[in-house]
Amino acid sequence: MSVPGKFRFVSSDRRVREDRRFVVGKGNFAADIVPQGVKHVALVTCPHPAARIVSIDKSAALAMPGVLYVLDGPELAGATNMLASGLDTPNVPRYPLALNVARYAGEWVAAVVADNRALAEDAAEAVVIDYETLPFVLDADAAYAGGTLVHEAHGSNVLLDRTFTWGEVDKDFAASPHTFKHRVKWGRSSTVPIETFGVTASWDPWREILDIWASIQMPKYPDQTAMALKIPMSSVRVHYDVDVGGSYGVKRGIKHTILVGYLSKRLGVPVRLIEDRLENMRGGDMHGPERFFDVEVAFDGQGIIRSMKMRALDNVGAYAGRSPFQLGKPVGAIVGPYKIKSVQYQAIAVVTNKTVQEAVRAFGQSPTNYALERTVDEVANKLGLDRLEIRRRNMIRHDEFPYLIPSGSAYDSGDYHTVVDKVLAHAGYDELIAERERLRATGKLAGIGIAACLEPSGGNSSFEPLLNPKVGTTTWMDSCRISVDLVGSITATMHTTSAGQGHETMVGTVVGEVLEVDPDQVRVVRADSLNSLPSNSPVGSRMAIMLGGAAFHAAKKIKDKLVAIAAHDLGVPLERVAYKDGSVYDTTAPDRARSWAELVTMAHRHIHKLPAGMEPGLSVSHIMPVPMGGGLPTADGRVQMYPCYSFEFHLILVTIDPDLGKPEIKRYVLGHDCGTVINPKIVRGMTMGGIAHGIGAALYEEFAYNTDGLLVAQNFMDYLLPSAHEVPPVELVHHETPSPHTVFGQKGSGESGYLGAPAAVASAVNDAVRPLGIVINSLPIKVAQLGDMIAQALESNAREKQKGN
Amino acid sequence: MKVELNINNATHAVEVEPRTSLLDCLRDKLLLTGAHAGCEHGVCGACTVLVDGAAVRSCLMFAVQADGYAITTIEGLAPGPGELSPLQDAFCETHGMQCGYCTPAMILAAHALLSKNAQPTREEIVDAISGNICRCTGYTQIVEAIALAAERMRGQNDPVRP
Amino acid sequence: MKPAAFEYSRPADIDEACALLAADDGARVIAGGQTLVPLMAMRLARPSRLIDIARIPGLSYVRDEGREIAVGATTKQHVIESDPVVRSKLPLLAKVMPFVGHTATRARGTVGGSIVNGDPAAEIVLVAVTLGATLVWREGGENAPIAASDFFLGPMVTALPLTACLAETRFPVWSDARIGVGFHEVNARQSDFAFVSAAAQVALDGDGRCTRAAIGIGAVTAVPFRLEGVAQSLQSQRFDEDKVREAVKAAVADIEPMADLHASAEYRKRVAVTMAARAIADAYQDASGRA
Repeated sequence: MSVPGKFRFVSSDRRVREDRRFVVGKGNFAADIVPQGVKHVALVTCPHPAARIVSIDKSAALAMPGVLYVLDGPELAGATNMLASGLDTPNVPRYPLALNVARYAGEWVAAVVADNRALAEDAAEAVVIDYETLPFVLDADAAYAGGTLVHEAHGSNVLLDRTFTWGEVDKDFAASPHTFKHRVKWGRSSTVPIETFGVTASWDPWREILDIWASIQMPKYPDQTAMALKIPMSSVRVHYDVDVGGSYGVKRGIKHTILVGYLSKRLGVPVRLIEDRLENMRGGDMHGPERFFDVEVAFDGQGIIRSMKMRALDNVGAYAGRSPFQLGKPVGAIVGPYKIKSVQYQAIAVVTNKTVQEAVRAFGQSPTNYALERTVDEVANKLGLDRLEIRRRNMIRHDEFPYLIPSGSAYDSGDYHTVVDKVLAHAGYDELIAERERLRATGKLAGIGIAACLEPSGGNSSFEPLLNPKVGTTTWMDSCRISVDLVGSITATMHTTSAGQGHETMVGTVVGEVLEVDPDQVRVVRADSLNSLPSNSPVGSRMAIMLGGAAFHAAKKIKDKLVAIAAHDLGVPLERVAYKDGSVYDTTAPDRARSWAELVTMAHRHIHKLPAGMEPGLSVSHIMPVPMGGGLPTADGRVQMYPCYSFEFHLILVTIDPDLGKPEIKRYVLGHDCGTVINPKIVRGMTMGGIAHGIGAALYEEFAYNTDGLLVAQNFMDYLLPSAHEVPPVELVHHETPSPHTVFGQKGSGESGYLGAPAAVASAVNDAVRPLGIVINSLPIKVAQLGDMIAQALESNAREKQKGN
Repeated sequence: MKVELNINNATHAVEVEPRTSLLDCLRDKLLLTGAHAGCEHGVCGACTVLVDGAAVRSCLMFAVQADGYAITTIEGLAPGPGELSPLQDAFCETHGMQCGYCTPAMILAAHALLSKNAQPTREEIVDAISGNICRCTGYTQIVEAIALAAERMRGQNDPVRP
Repeated sequence: MKPAAFEYSRPADIDEACALLAADDGARVIAGGQTLVPLMAMRLARPSRLIDIARIPGLSYVRDEGREIAVGATTKQHVIESDPVVRSKLPLLAKVMPFVGHTATRARGTVGGSIVNGDPAAEIVLVAVTLGATLVWREGGENAPIAASDFFLGPMVTALPLTACLAETRFPVWSDARIGVGFHEVNARQSDFAFVSAAAQVALDGDGRCTRAAIGIGAVTAVPFRLEGVAQSLQSQRFDEDKVREAVKAAVADIEPMADLHASAEYRKRVAVTMAARAIADAYQDASGRA
């Protein structure tokens, strides 16, 4: 579909319009919005991993200056419905404030409302809570085994335990001469935006409207707010023109919203909660997956992997939330870019006394890719095969698309071998190997990391009915409305928030492309939830496909209408006119034309010139379902997960100072194919940022707990975010394999980089330490721990050598 | 307490509690919301402002300590309504941001660097922004923006408008 | 994350600061605030009064007094970083300055603040211990000097009396012709507090043999410590990595390293040897370069 030079604006290196407001400090972030008379919330949190709340004494706090109210769990639970959980787990109820039992250190127990945040914090310290500590469980294996239960009434710690078998797994294992099995661990980390979650709610009892300004990124936010607060959805007005200061999946402050929404109604004043960093890290419920993968593969002597058994055990924290679904999305790319014929996949989510997980960039796909790529490396190692060669042998070939994987998704398009070849050529693979050997000769440890993976994109809801048959949602729409006003200006409306993805620029570009007008002349605005069309927010790498698609189709409707008006006014059949640069002309007599201004005037003012029955004005909407979606899963759990599949191939060189255990990334090359690129600056930026996230997850970031069940990495001195020092320059190798399912051939790229970087870093570190006999199957790989492992290996190798002598 | 602050070349008398950080004072009292709270414990750098030309963390300074200094916030950098400084323009040219939350601080840190060093190396740029965490970009396009601005400010290139 | 309420005072001179300290048990001195304010924000420190000494006249200076360089307590770290006297006379201090926090924290953070916080991983503290600096505090209108080795008592604990205020730090200047310095630290990210740090300053004769050495290790134990024995063993020696490593290894054999989330005790002890050896190697090489 995409041919270079085919587009006028799409794919050209245009500026990002949102940037202008950000560089002058004029973003409109949640904390910047301060309604008159707003009151501030601070939270009282549980200091124990599990405790019964015996009593709450608010009197001292209420007596303090500037304090309006202290809210506790029983009052809030009595007035609201429980928070929505994706799974069918009615005995794992969750409310914004703990109800009788707190289940993780940092869980909110009470909320103080005061004139300013400092006073609220003063009073929060004065709320006296009597706790009776309870036994707790932190480890997923232990939680799965039973024993200490996080939710007594649920009867176990297991929220989800489902085994899928796609294809003839047993037969394929029996027929394969080799098998390999190992366990790898993905540590608990997250994307940790620099803006914490913030929300302000203001209830107007006369209009019966709850206005909400929030740094939110989640589907079904107004709906869930209305349901929990027991008010009609038409009484909830979420303002989508709030700039979100980074999200990458986690800005899902539904519990925060219910809390301040209730308080605003209860107190009759606007109320806001802007998390501070401690609240954010401990009880903001934005931790990401923490998974054990037990992976077993069956393969032949050539390294062809025929079958895979994967057991993913996810420690989702204390409540169900949405996170168990992060075990579902990877089903749509469970075999990665490889032709594995059969798969058994066991997805297990257990609750523990840790902070609740939330959706994190890639929604479980990055950990799964890591597990798969670690496994492919080990298979290569076992056979003594080159890690590149084994990937080449197993990868789906360009001519095999669309390619149906065992779990029911058809990959749309791809050219994996070409991308790999381009990366190798760019990097100079032989020279890279020579460089590794040179480094090793100087006494350093050095390793090459390789990772190939897919980015399922066009986020759809298919994992919901897959993991919870009571949910029948089969598409996640997105929409665009376009109006051309009576003087001819174009305004496009989008219906959700953005967190830096440049959606306004994308919509402008797409509308400009279709209508053949300068994209900078297209105003792009955001509706609020009371006048919006359906959207499911920027999740699952979907907006280029979904919002881009909706904008395309809406613009097309405008164009079609202009063409119809012109043909009618010119008195010629539709087939005889053509649209060019905003005007329409008679193809048989190009002088006979109707200009943009004339057509707009006719549409708005000269109804007598319109074709009979045509609606006057120039306002259209388009609501788009996800391409290839719409089907329910089969009984054995096969479903088309997402429509499009981007590809990335990472090739990196890492050195490790053996005395310190400190890894350093010396070279980072990424081949990236997300189909047609709508805006190169945006795609490149998101990819670079994704790699930085991946490096963080691989080497630095972990929500570590101590044996007392307390989160010990709860501030930015202990939870380590990569700085500019830690992120190396990245060389991007671009390739375009358009998708047949999208309007320009575009695929998603919002999760790119992050999907493969952890696997690539793990691959490189393992390659570096393999000569010492070390295998590292756990992320993050922290400096001192790696240093200790290397020292132990050197010591025991030296002992062995001595024995040998 | 009453404190007189010189911000963006204008004097403001404000009444603050001693515990009010310069950051909160700028945002809440003076409505200069370009400085952002990220961690409030001095690590992320999102609250960076210039104090006598040097980049500092406004969350680690109390407003009552800030009298008598020339304080520059992001609001003081643009030459006029709708206009951008060369550095701001360069950030737009390379798309040296995504969500925009760390951006004002990043630009001020870069501004402090370029005012002392017209021809910074990549390492110097990286070091100058290493106290400012960005979670969106992986820093690549930020480093490029600062290098581009330095080049343009040395007169080797003229700003282009889109 | 807002601090608990406090009173704020800005005394005119250091004696007034001391008087304010004496008058209020909960009072604390603030200079740059780069360590104190985060603790206050998390309410781990709750001073009843902050006594701001940052702009007391005459407390910010770098004075060349021949055998010592006196650095006023409120001298900002970024001033030291580019100070020509420090660069020429205190190369070890100059060497570590870029490792102290970030550009933005050095713009407010002070030398005296770093000293009185007594963080075992602080680079300035390590230099003070390694070089044997003298710290001078003011109390009751009198100046009292104390050796750095006696000043630091534990992590964030010093001998500074509650009613005293640090006035200056006096770093000894080596008049030897050929001085070299070395500094190494390891951490997860480049600008974090070190898991292990080591500083070395050596003087060499024309033959490349050591005439004098000072070596210190930071971040490993509760307070930074000097490797006196190792320094002795370098006397009249050219650099020999194996010998140095052996000497350092012996010197740290009995220490009790700290352990935390980021690094084990074993790591700190083991890597201390590497860091010290590298710092010494760099110091030799640096001195050779100054022939």
